[in-house]
Amino acid sequence: MRRELNKQDHLKNDKVAYLYVLPWIIGFVWFQLYPFVASFVYSFSDFSILKPMKFVGLKNYRQMFTADRLFWGSLRSTLVYVLMAVPGKLIFALFIAMILNLRLKFIGFFRTVYYLPSILGGSVAISILWKFLFAKQGTINTLLGKFHIPAVDWLGSPKLALFTMGLLVVWQFGSSMVLFLAGLKNIPNELYEAARVDGASHFASFFKITLPMLSPVILFNLIMQMINAFKEFNAPYLITQGGPLNSTYLYGMMLYENAFQYLKMGYASAESWVLFAIIMTFTALTFKTSPYWTYYEDGGNA
Amino acid sequence: MSTKSVAINQRVHTRRVTKKIVCYLFLTFLGVVMIYPLLWMVSASFKTNNEIFSSLSLVPKEILWNGYSDGWKGSGQYSFSVFFSNTFALVLPTVVLTMFSSLLVSYGFARFSFKGKKVMFMLVIACLMLPNEVVIVPRYMLFNKLGWLNTYLPFWVPAVFATYSFFIFMLVQYIRSIPRELDESAKIDGCSSFGILCLIIVPLCVPALISVIIFQFVWRWNDFLNPLIYISSVKKYPLSLALRMSLDVTDTVSWNQTMAMAVLAMLPPVILFFFTQKYFVEGISTTGMKG
Repeated sequence: MRRELNKQDHLKNDKVAYLYVLPWIIGFVWFQLYPFVASFVYSFSDFSILKPMKFVGLKNYRQMFTADRLFWGSLRSTLVYVLMAVPGKLIFALFIAMILNLRLKFIGFFRTVYYLPSILGGSVAISILWKFLFAKQGTINTLLGKFHIPAVDWLGSPKLALFTMGLLVVWQFGSSMVLFLAGLKNIPNELYEAARVDGASHFASFFKITLPMLSPVILFNLIMQMINAFKEFNAPYLITQGGPLNSTYLYGMMLYENAFQYLKMGYASAESWVLFAIIMTFTALTFKTSPYWTYYEDGGNA
Repeated sequence: MSTKSVAINQRVHTRRVTKKIVCYLFLTFLGVVMIYPLLWMVSASFKTNNEIFSSLSLVPKEILWNGYSDGWKGSGQYSFSVFFSNTFALVLPTVVLTMFSSLLVSYGFARFSFKGKKVMFMLVIACLMLPNEVVIVPRYMLFNKLGWLNTYLPFWVPAVFATYSFFIFMLVQYIRSIPRELDESAKIDGCSSFGILCLIIVPLCVPALISVIIFQFVWRWNDFLNPLIYISSVKKYPLSLALRMSLDVTDTVSWNQTMAMAVLAMLPPVILFFFTQKYFVEGISTTGMKG
């Protein structure tokens, strides 16, 4: 009886649903699908806002891979940045979430304090702050001076600037921490008790219980944070302008400059497709390897 | 109880207390590290240029208010009252429109089965992972052709059409958790599907809708790249662009003015966060998403 009713509903409701999702369909075609296809087409042209478009075949891609020094430099910096900032942020977030999960008091207070930077992180105000804190005569160096540590050129040295920018990402660990904390709360305590009875060390129960149980949340965080880090724009553009010696000339900034400052929009479109391909490859790799390191209670069928 | 076991109990107890104290000390230390930069910024807004760079203290030697009064006037033709009202004009309609459109669309996805639903929902998820950078050039050309550049339409119109797919995803998850029996009994009472949305779904969705509002508010408020591309005249600058401008004219300006305006620009998201933090935490926990 119940099933039949549902089936009827299904048939009856069918068309009403299109009315509800219509805004999305229009928005998707207009603002996502069309630009997505168009940028692919542009990537084979010398498109610029200044002159009529001419198709140039694979020239943009060839130039990018063989002649554009900035492209390879930027790609290298971006990869280093992603591989440094994302794991750094996630490991730190997990570590703090585990401490907060120890059933201490005032958790709410600490959570608020740690979360606050995540709210402001991407803003221009914070980029200004970072520029000041890590300037050569900035607050961080003054602080180090009090401990008789010589000043460090945080943003002026090509070796360190990228690291300083990574710190800004780690500083915003709060959002990932909240997710991990929610995940940790869902792990049944019996598992830990059983492990303790069997004489497992803390170390062992972390690797055999906590990590596997948390792995879907980790997977999710990893992918979203990776995508965000790959397209970072504000920090390099505002804090270092890509310098020193292009060491922080990240991909997002290169794209912006080519498209909107040099008006090489065809070339920028090609670059954006390469970025898309890289992100897809990383995402696919993460998903592909995930059966080996993620654990779903329902066998992953949900 | 033997004296031996008492001694063991005591040792276990002391160890636990020590562990707790170490944890609290660490958490407090970390809290100070996390918050110090923000407090430093507030205190710098009251300091002289010289003191900003030489002193670590959070308490200014002498409190200068001119950072706020002079900073507010701005360096050029427009004051920060213009930039603040611009930001609200850009952000508020975007937030409200996003909320309505995402609610309608996610209701459609969560409560009906229809042809193509699976594919469409996959596309919603795919859009979540599609970097904005890939579509930014053609979007710019599109808005250029439509004559929308240097207006707030590139922010408002996509909101009308639920283009911010994160919120669809979040609301679908939430609506699915509302028991269907409620809809069904309303339907038996003769309620239309739109009636069910208004009378049953919306009241139960309030926490999720608040999450949508605060996330979209904070993200649009902080957004820098999109205004940088679409808005060209200073008269229409939102705060993010105005702050960038004050960063550019570095040498002559007193730093406390830049700091003061940066502090004011951070205030609305921070105030919103303190009043609604419960929803922040719930919002990201239900979707399992970034914050």
